[in-house]
Amino acid sequence: MLSKNKFFYGLVFMLASIAVLGSAVARADQNSTRFNPDISLIIDGRYGSYSNTSNYALPGFMLGGEASRGEQGVYLGHNELTLSSNIDDMFYAKFTSAITDHESSTEVELEEAFIETIGLDYGLNVKAGRFFSSIGYMNSQHGHAWDFVDAPLVYRGLFGDQIIDDGVQASWVAPTDLYVKVGAEVLRGAHYPAAGANKGGAGASSLFVKIGGDVGASHSWQAGMSHWEADISGRKAASHSHAGSVATEIPTFTGTSKVNGLDFVWKWSPQGNASNEYLKVQAEYFERSEAGNVEMVGSSPLETTTYDGKQQGWYIQTVYKFMPCWRVGLRYDELDSGNTGSNATILTEAGLISNGHTPRRSTVMLDYSRSEFSRIRLQISQDDSYSDSDTLVFIQYIMSMGSHGAHQF
Amino acid sequence: MKKLTTTIIISGLLLVAQPVMAAINVFSCEPEWKSLVEELGQDRVKVYSATTAFQDPHHIEARPSLIAKVRRAKLVICSGSELETGWLPVLLRQAGNANVLPGKPGYFEASSFVKRLEIPGKVDRSLGDVHASGNPHVHLDPRRVATIAKALSQRLIALDPDGRSSYTKNYETFSTRWQAAIQGWQQQAEPLNGVGVVVHHKDWVYMFDWLNIKNVGALEPKPGLPTTVGHLVELKNQLKETSAKMVIHTKYQNARAAKRFAQMASIPVVELPYTVGGDDNVKDLFSLFDVTIKKLLGALK
Repeated sequence: MLSKNKFFYGLVFMLASIAVLGSAVARADQNSTRFNPDISLIIDGRYGSYSNTSNYALPGFMLGGEASRGEQGVYLGHNELTLSSNIDDMFYAKFTSAITDHESSTEVELEEAFIETIGLDYGLNVKAGRFFSSIGYMNSQHGHAWDFVDAPLVYRGLFGDQIIDDGVQASWVAPTDLYVKVGAEVLRGAHYPAAGANKGGAGASSLFVKIGGDVGASHSWQAGMSHWEADISGRKAASHSHAGSVATEIPTFTGTSKVNGLDFVWKWSPQGNASNEYLKVQAEYFERSEAGNVEMVGSSPLETTTYDGKQQGWYIQTVYKFMPCWRVGLRYDELDSGNTGSNATILTEAGLISNGHTPRRSTVMLDYSRSEFSRIRLQISQDDSYSDSDTLVFIQYIMSMGSHGAHQF
Repeated sequence: MKKLTTTIIISGLLLVAQPVMAAINVFSCEPEWKSLVEELGQDRVKVYSATTAFQDPHHIEARPSLIAKVRRAKLVICSGSELETGWLPVLLRQAGNANVLPGKPGYFEASSFVKRLEIPGKVDRSLGDVHASGNPHVHLDPRRVATIAKALSQRLIALDPDGRSSYTKNYETFSTRWQAAIQGWQQQAEPLNGVGVVVHHKDWVYMFDWLNIKNVGALEPKPGLPTTVGHLVELKNQLKETSAKMVIHTKYQNARAAKRFAQMASIPVVELPYTVGGDDNVKDLFSLFDVTIKKLLGALK
């Protein structure tokens, strides 16, 4: 998990943030905001309703990172504070912290803290620090920019919702009419789904290619291919308890991991005017191969097995804006796995054997945005993540304060 | 002999490689600036407009094709005053083109060369999508366009010094025609002096400032917020005190609200071109004002 501090630090941080926001507002009145960073605060709250109380699982996949089904009742999502600014004519920097509740304690997570070049020229960009990896389409977007309350199952099952890591990224935009961007990342490999910061603190790396363009005035599209790999020591999944036993065993993976992905997005609006009507279709596919060992940390005697993981998943979703302010969305998710190892019992305990169950989910969404700074969403899923099928209902609000957000593709 | 052959081949290659004249790539955020660059640059420029008259320049995404265009641009020209704040900074950051960053000669912010109106004393989102540096829709006042044209001509010379004589000539031709056109438009627009008009969004303040047209109200309750029935009723009641002769909107705005209000208030509804391409007859900045004034006058009858 990301760096966490206790409630006290969270409180201090929030007070400091309020002070910064307050002074920025005071200065705006004097019309001198230009040298202050852009500040934005995302307020995200949710209500969840479902009937299963059994432990959430995705058979064939370990759950870690941010992966979760969501809570029952009213709860807070990712409330994020972002500061960003051009530093000078060479550098841009961005800092995002998420303030979340985990089991009744408030935690501050450092989500992004990176610098990026702006004046390198020749289409080159270098980014360094902590950032969302650019693999896939959704991975580099903040959760509040997603079209559904939760991540697709393939992101949940493989990445613990999203890959965020510390490292360096270099990318290049080709000088062509067709948009072509290629990039590579060298990452520390300390955060889920990597762990251990192997290879002297360069435990993970990635490559990505994106191409895109317009077809007439009404259509635009982007397609991408990506690869991520890591040398992992001690990747811990969510704890696993035996029925009727207090002892907790944590499935832990050590070995190598390779992910390949394809993504595609297509958008349509009448003559490129998305104010009243638009349609967006996006789909992604990822497959992961892993080789190494799985240990049940906390078991006595220590249970261990070799592990040869083969996992894949995909989703397709579409969002249609049918009138100003209103959008409706549909999403279908599916996962598949064929993991093997020397001890099938231990793999089963670790949740890595699917026993013929294909995790899948169908979701519908309706949202209302009064302005581009507010959104209220209703989402209903028929969830067959694991054998206990269920209907999940979520209501979410996302509001943004402060500087104007970017309209990313 | 061999040497001669080599020389011929090399000269031949040089001839092929040397384009007749390399037009400079210009990325324009809006069609009105594309048109102005073309007036002043003629065949020395190749201009791409990121938006059309059918699109709201507030709400554009930093889509892949735009990043690719900015990557190759020698000049980026935009209205500025935060009109493109949702997408232009993203394009500039992602394109990796050092020549077109703010502060560089390749970055031209049109509204920064003229006096802006509606600079708010207070910036608060409950007031809608207000721009802290004033209303950005400056191109609808031809006097301001004249000021911008002068600055733009100098900028083109700075970026492409070889073209100095043709830029100077183009500017003089444009300027003479433009000043004459302004005189003509002002005479034609005499009957519009003091007339009250209801607008969809506050896109027209500069034109109203120029022709002394009165903005009686907006269909949007707050800038950027969708119109509501309650607001339309309120606006109609307001017309009892200050009368309006027409309700106007652009091509990219929802015409339904304007039509509905026009019915309620029994006044004509006029769709104005707003920018180049906003009407079949609007091919450049000249015809933009020709058509706009003609349509406004037509609604007065």
